[in-house]
Amino acid sequence: MGMTMSEKIIAAHAGVNRVKPGDIVTCDVDWIGIHDMFFTVGGQGDFSKIKKLHDPDKTVVLLDHGVPSPTPADAEGACGARAFVKKHGVKNFFDVGNHGVIHQKLAEEGFAAPGRMIACGDSHTCAAGAFNCAAGGFGPADMIYVLCVGQNWYQVAPTVKYELYGALPDLVTAKDLFLHIAGVFGEATNRNVEFGGPGLSSLSVPSRQSVATMCAEINAEFAIFPHDDVLEAYLRARARGAYEPVAADADAAYEEVRRIDLSELAPYVSGPHSIPNNCAPVRASAGLPIQQAILGSCSNGRIEDLALAARLIKGKKVANGVRFLVTPASQAIYLEALRKGYLETLAEAGAVITNATCGACYGGHLGLIGAGERCVSTTTRNFKGRMGSADAEILLAGPATVVASAVCGRISDPRDCFERGAAQ
Amino acid sequence: MTIKGKIWKFGDDINTDLIFPRTAFRISPEEQPRYVFSDNRPGWSASVAPGDVLVAGRNFGTGSSRPGALLLKRLGLGGMLSDSMNGLFFRNCIGYGFPAMQCAGVSALFEEGDVAEFDLISGAIRNLTSGATAFGNPISRGMAETLEAGGIFELLTQKGYLET
Repeated sequence: MGMTMSEKIIAAHAGVNRVKPGDIVTCDVDWIGIHDMFFTVGGQGDFSKIKKLHDPDKTVVLLDHGVPSPTPADAEGACGARAFVKKHGVKNFFDVGNHGVIHQKLAEEGFAAPGRMIACGDSHTCAAGAFNCAAGGFGPADMIYVLCVGQNWYQVAPTVKYELYGALPDLVTAKDLFLHIAGVFGEATNRNVEFGGPGLSSLSVPSRQSVATMCAEINAEFAIFPHDDVLEAYLRARARGAYEPVAADADAAYEEVRRIDLSELAPYVSGPHSIPNNCAPVRASAGLPIQQAILGSCSNGRIEDLALAARLIKGKKVANGVRFLVTPASQAIYLEALRKGYLETLAEAGAVITNATCGACYGGHLGLIGAGERCVSTTTRNFKGRMGSADAEILLAGPATVVASAVCGRISDPRDCFERGAAQ
Repeated sequence: MTIKGKIWKFGDDINTDLIFPRTAFRISPEEQPRYVFSDNRPGWSASVAPGDVLVAGRNFGTGSSRPGALLLKRLGLGGMLSDSMNGLFFRNCIGYGFPAMQCAGVSALFEEGDVAEFDLISGAIRNLTSGATAFGNPISRGMAETLEAGGIFELLTQKGYLET
């Protein structure tokens, strides 16, 4: 019996020929990433006590959650991060001004590349699975272990495969694909999720990042896309060092193979407070009033998201009574969107552009919501209380739905709001 | 590695932001535990007695890498059982020395106030109030070593990786 992509990457990093679901093995980790929250008070790991890093050259440190610092505690945390990189001689440090959400930085700086194993102190680390990586999020305790030792244990999970066919229709995005998967198939707790099929070639790399990021929300261990020409073209300009693409064996054992025709999908939106089995086509909840709309995050703050938003909103205005916030996923994306005029178009329509940060997505700063308010957002989570008041609602959707809703002042299907072809 | 305690019962999909809300960020570790479940069960954290055990449904700990397990431990809970658990949350339980075990269907065996006894090495679970029994997923030898040390920070300190 052959192996899945997850199993192959785990086996290669454990130095064994094969692994199967249930096995517990110790793996060498290729890249280790931590962010500012590890250094703020209450962050639960005194990283200043580490005597020596296993390998400073495999360590990436950056500031993303509280950028620029919303509180003195964040400012002191950032100082702690700077002291850490100085003490250990970490060269891969991304300070304010060269920052971005860690998952986007790991991608655009070329750390995420095929066949690699990445450990990062954030639950959306599975985002790097778009690059044919086995990338998993750890809490501070596991992060301090891997920083000191260079390895950690992994329990091999069974794998569910999604085979994609066709291409997404106009105004239906990769986020809608994820919300469809989460809505129809629910959680993937203690499972890996892998993607394949002929429809894959129609999904851009940022679209795959959007899906892989969101697989944290169905509790997937790893969420891995195969290597193909689309990925190779992205990697050519960016990847650091050599890499070895990993393909699933033809006779790999999957717990289940699910087939999705992308051309049949519609815009989706989640309900509030949880995602698995809590998503439906937008037309089912269309009309619900909103007070805030957010475009951004490691799921949807990339240039293709900002380009789509700018095209859709050009010449229109954000509805009265709605705050529309746009948070690019990195400084590089911010700059590109600025140069291409997307930020100007968005600001002209009444959007507020923030710097690149995790910001409101984790309820840290830059757009919290109050009791009785509803926010439609491309961010990653809709948990009760996450973005502010526990008496507010967060509904998750793709960028086209968020822009349509911001313009209409209520949850709106972009196909009902914009002329067909506006996204071309 | 046997845990025994009075049960507090919670449902499905209890996420990290309920366990460790944003209001508990940026404050001292001593102040944090009282915010546990402040959004879904206000006042509950004050009624936990040392050694109590949490029993929950599916997907416990879904969400963030923030170490909710540490707050549950600091609150005084002796351990937890759930039908299933987010993988990252389970790692945080082991990493912070908080005994936790997954067992499909376990939540149906307990009512709030029952007394549970469970062993992480054998996987045996018993409801001492009703007599019901079940077997969960036992932890590995490596996980047991980490739990016995009190967590990864303690383990790394013992092994000389951290300054004391």
